[in-house]
Amino acid sequence: MNTAARSAAGALFALLSTAALAQTAPDPWPELVVDIFHSRPIAAADGVIALEAPARAEDAAIVPMTMRFADPTQIKVATLVIDQNPMPVAAAFTLGDKSGVGFIETRVRVNSYSNVHAVAETRDGKLRADAKFVKASGGCSAPAVKDEDEAVANLGKMKYREFKSADPAKREAQIMIRHPNASGMQMDPVSRAYLPAHFIDSVEVFQGDAPIFKMEGGISLSEDPTFRFTYAPNGAKTIRVEAHDNKGGVYKGEWPIGDAS
Amino acid sequence: MLRRMLALVAALAPLVAGNPARAFSLSEIAPGVYAHQGETSLMTRENLGDIANLGAFVGGEAVAVIDTGGSLIEGRAFLAALREKTQKPIRYVINTHAHPDHIFGNGAFVETGAIFVGHKNLPRALAARGPHYLSAFRAQMGDALDGVTIVPPTMTVDQTMTLDLGHRKIVLQAWRTAHSGCDLTILDPKSGVLFSGDLLFLQHVPVVDGSLLGFLDVADRLAAIKATQVVAGHGPLPAPWPKALEDQRAYLMRLTADLRAAIKKGEGVAAAAKEAGAEEREKWRLFDDYNARNATAGFAELEWEGP
Repeated sequence: MNTAARSAAGALFALLSTAALAQTAPDPWPELVVDIFHSRPIAAADGVIALEAPARAEDAAIVPMTMRFADPTQIKVATLVIDQNPMPVAAAFTLGDKSGVGFIETRVRVNSYSNVHAVAETRDGKLRADAKFVKASGGCSAPAVKDEDEAVANLGKMKYREFKSADPAKREAQIMIRHPNASGMQMDPVSRAYLPAHFIDSVEVFQGDAPIFKMEGGISLSEDPTFRFTYAPNGAKTIRVEAHDNKGGVYKGEWPIGDAS
Repeated sequence: MLRRMLALVAALAPLVAGNPARAFSLSEIAPGVYAHQGETSLMTRENLGDIANLGAFVGGEAVAVIDTGGSLIEGRAFLAALREKTQKPIRYVINTHAHPDHIFGNGAFVETGAIFVGHKNLPRALAARGPHYLSAFRAQMGDALDGVTIVPPTMTVDQTMTLDLGHRKIVLQAWRTAHSGCDLTILDPKSGVLFSGDLLFLQHVPVVDGSLLGFLDVADRLAAIKATQVVAGHGPLPAPWPKALEDQRAYLMRLTADLRAAIKKGEGVAAAAKEAGAEEREKWRLFDDYNARNATAGFAELEWEGP
C-alpha cells in the first residue's frame, strides 16, 4: 500500500469522530484537506481530472459518480470524497503504472446536500481537484441497504461485464461485487446495540498480473460495489479481482477477456 | 416568506388550536372500517406530512389502527378523529412499513397503551433508517417535525398473524422485499376490505425502495387475496379489488422492460435513469420526484440478471 492510499484509508476512520462537526460546519472541505491530504496545496483540476455527478441524488443509496482522466499516465491516485458524509472518503483508486485507465465510474451513498470532490495526485506529487454539488434525494430515500437478508445470502458473488469502448485503443469493463457495505452506525432501537459495520475496504483489479487499479474505500460506497472503467490492454488473457472486507472476508474472481474491444 | 408563514398558520390552526377531529377527514368505508386519504404530495411543513392513507378497524371489543401519518401533529389529529367515532380501546397500532409518512405519527398512540405491530424486518429497517429520516425531513418539514419519535413494533409478523378485535378477525400478512423490505398487508374478511400499505399506489407514482422484481411478484400474488375493495397506501379510496392493481403493474413492467433494454445495450446507470419508464410520465403524479430514483435502484438490481 503506498503512502497516499494508506493515509486516505486511515483518514476514513479518523473522520468518523469529526462527522458530527462536519454536519453543522458551513463547509467541511478545509478540514477534510487537513485530515485527508495533510494540508497539501490542491490546484484546480485544469482538465487533469474531471468529475461527473448528478445534480440530485435520486436514490440516496445509489448515486453514480465518474472520474475521468485526460492523461492516465500522469495519475497516481484518484480520491473520491463526499464532503458531508459521516465517512467522507468513498474510495481512493491507485492506478497501475501502465493501466491507461481513462475513467472509473462507481456508485456512492449521499446522506445530505453535499459537495463531492475528485482529487488526483499526479506522478509529480501534486494534487488537483474537481468538485460538484449534489442535492440530497427527497422523500423516503435513505442511504441504507435495500434487502439485508439478500445482501448476506449473496455475499461475495461477483460479476464481470465488457462493453464496446468509445476509445478504440482501450477496453471497457465492469466489476460488480455483492456486499451489503453496511455502515454499522445505527443503533438497534430494541436491543440498543449498534449494528455491526461490514464493508469492502479494498479491491484490486489486474489484467494478467499487471494492476489496473487498487481501490481502498469504506461505507460511502453503495451496497454491491461496482466499478466500470476503461484500460489499455496489455495482451493478458484474463481480468482478475481480489477484494477484502473489514471482517477479513476475501473475495476473488477471474474471467477471460472477450472480444468486446 | 410571509405567504409561507400564513399558509402554515392556516394549515396548523384547525389541527392545533381548534377541534383537531374536524380538520381530519376519516370516513367509514364499510361498517366499522374507517379510512383517511392523504394528499398526493411530498411531505412538507404545510401538509404536516399528511400524504399517506391511514385507517382503522373497529371490532366488538377493540380497535386496530393502520399507520399513523407523517407527523406527531397528524397522529394526534387522527387519534382525536378516531375517538369521535369510537371509545373502544385501541389495542393495536399496525405499521404497514418503515416509511416516514406512515410511522411518524406513532408517538401520538403510545399513551393509548396499544401494542405496536409490524413486519419482522420493521425493527431493523427503523434502526437503519430512522435517524436519517429524522434529520433529512427536518429540512422539508421544519417545526412540523417537532416531537416525532421512532416507535418500533413490540409484536412482529413473520408470515401471517390473525388479530381478534371481537367479532372481527383481521389477517396480517408479511411479504418478501417488494415496495420496501418490510411490507405488511391487513385483510378484514368480514368487510372484504384490504389495506395494502404501499404495495399499491394509485395516481401517485409507485415508489420502489426494496426490489423492483419483488414488487412485481408480490403485486401479482396480492391479486389472489379475497377482498372486494382496497385502501392503497396512496391515492383514492376505497378502490375496486383487484382491478386497482392494473395501472401499477403496467408502470412496473414498463420500467423493468426499459431498464433491461438499457442494460443490454451497455448504457450506464445515469443515462438509463433519465429515460427508463418515461412513457408512463403522463399517467402519474409526482413522476419526476420518484421515477429516476426507481430507475436507478432498478438498474442496480437488474444488472445482476443473466450470466
